[in-house]
Amino acid sequence: MDNAKSPLQIRALDKFRGKTQVLHGIDLDIAPGERLALLGHNGAGKSTMIKAVLGLIRHEGGSIRICGAAPGSAAARAATAFLPEAVSFHPALTGHEQLSLFARLAGERADIDGLLERVGLGEAMHRRIGAYSKGMRQRLGLAQVLLGRPKLALLDEPTSGLDPISRQDLYAIINELAEQGAAVLIASHALTEVEARTDRIAILRKGVKVADDTLAGLSAQAGLPVRLRVQASGAHADRIAVETGGRRINGASVEILCSPQDKMAELRKIAAMGDAVADIDMVPPRLEDLYRHYSGEDRR
Amino acid sequence: MRRAFAIARAEMLILRRNRWLFMATLIMLAFSLALSFAGSAPTGTLGVDMLTVSVASMTTLSVYLAPLLALMMGFDAVAGDRDRGSLALLLAYPASRAEILLGKLMAHLAALAVAMCIGFGAAGAVAVWFSGAGAESLMALGRLVLTSILLGAVFLVLGYALSALCSGATAAAGLSAGVWLVFVVLYDLGLLGAVVMDSGGIFTQKIFPWVMVANPADAFRLWNVAASESVALYSGMAGAASALPGWAAPLSLLLWPALGFVLACAAFRRVEP
Repeated sequence: MDNAKSPLQIRALDKFRGKTQVLHGIDLDIAPGERLALLGHNGAGKSTMIKAVLGLIRHEGGSIRICGAAPGSAAARAATAFLPEAVSFHPALTGHEQLSLFARLAGERADIDGLLERVGLGEAMHRRIGAYSKGMRQRLGLAQVLLGRPKLALLDEPTSGLDPISRQDLYAIINELAEQGAAVLIASHALTEVEARTDRIAILRKGVKVADDTLAGLSAQAGLPVRLRVQASGAHADRIAVETGGRRINGASVEILCSPQDKMAELRKIAAMGDAVADIDMVPPRLEDLYRHYSGEDRR
Repeated sequence: MRRAFAIARAEMLILRRNRWLFMATLIMLAFSLALSFAGSAPTGTLGVDMLTVSVASMTTLSVYLAPLLALMMGFDAVAGDRDRGSLALLLAYPASRAEILLGKLMAHLAALAVAMCIGFGAAGAVAVWFSGAGAESLMALGRLVLTSILLGAVFLVLGYALSALCSGATAAAGLSAGVWLVFVVLYDLGLLGAVVMDSGGIFTQKIFPWVMVANPADAFRLWNVAASESVALYSGMAGAASALPGWAAPLSLLLWPALGFVLACAAFRRVEP
């Protein structure tokens, strides 16, 4: 995938803060229209990586190309949109004035009113940003991302401070961006949110990329167990626990962990027990389990 | 350049919105008028018109006020955006750091110019109204306004440099106060001490005037007094002014903003938001 016009291409990226290395040989690509979730603990290097891509900080090793241009170059800046974590603006300006400034800086003749309507700030556009709530500032930040059809959108914790409905709106807008052909990178802690709404997931741990695949691919690689929760009828819980090798979790339930390949065999076994089983729940590994697996919490 | 104007436009809105422009103009107006009226008493004994006396006392005022107002605007230019967290986003846009500073400089300089023109202009008008004015004293007033704006430009760009070098707006504010104190007060005190120690030796004769004119605040004073004999007489600075060639003070005051801007850009380039 050495396409020179790839929206984002990172190769062997190294970054030092003083003597500590904060990014270790990161490789990352995003294709046009792809939504990538970048996950990691606080201090894992997500924001550092985004700043390096923006050309705001220098990196010591490796290369970054945005549509073939160097980070921080005029071409790269023109192709990139950025939403910082907990975005803020000068409180004395109105939302409309702030967005107009950004449009002028980007050299775009944008429909400012339309954009502000689109993110739900139609009523508040002529009020000062100082009077905005955190969610409204975040929406204004999103409006500036939509300026001028970016080829690459870098969103750092885009949903922090948003209520659930605003989050829905935000992901609708992200999807729209991706449909227009933008490569979207979403750095996030909110695992359950990005799970269903991104195409690919990359996980950073202490500056090292430990995973980079689709959710299904990650599950298969991790080989995490499927969780079967069997509810026993009457006093059969003990018997079920013994026969399946599961663990009693309360008076009437047994929890069984089995690998994805053994799942069907286990289910047949349970079905053969007849009336002793009242109900059964099956929980496949979630992103949260995968994240714990890859970010190393399981390995302590 | 288009981007610098976009920044200037937004900065101008901010200065108007947070009443900075209004306060600066009010301060200039109040001090200039107060000095004009207070200074009008001794005109008869010196035999110069009231406007000349006004300009002389407003020159002394501007040495203190112009750097102060400029630093008050300048210290926040980079550090404020960084403290708020809006700097990273601004720098992600295709405007170079020099363009951003230039935009801010244009807006801040325009605000200073408005405050100076209204403040000094009103005081000058009062003086003219009461005792009339000759061509020379009107020239002196115009020169005062222009050089005050230049002096403001020097301390605006120095403020930007401090703002970029400091870790936060509070530190930048503190350091700005220090810079003001050094350039406007301590520098002259030090020179005075050196002259007294030297008691008319080679330092006082040859070196002192050049060391003095190297300070933009003193260059401002010298430019204003050297160009007008009556102002020089009244402010008692004729001695130092006559020891220097005429171009020394203007050169110093024109060079400082340019050098300061280069310094500020260099400092800003090192900022990692």
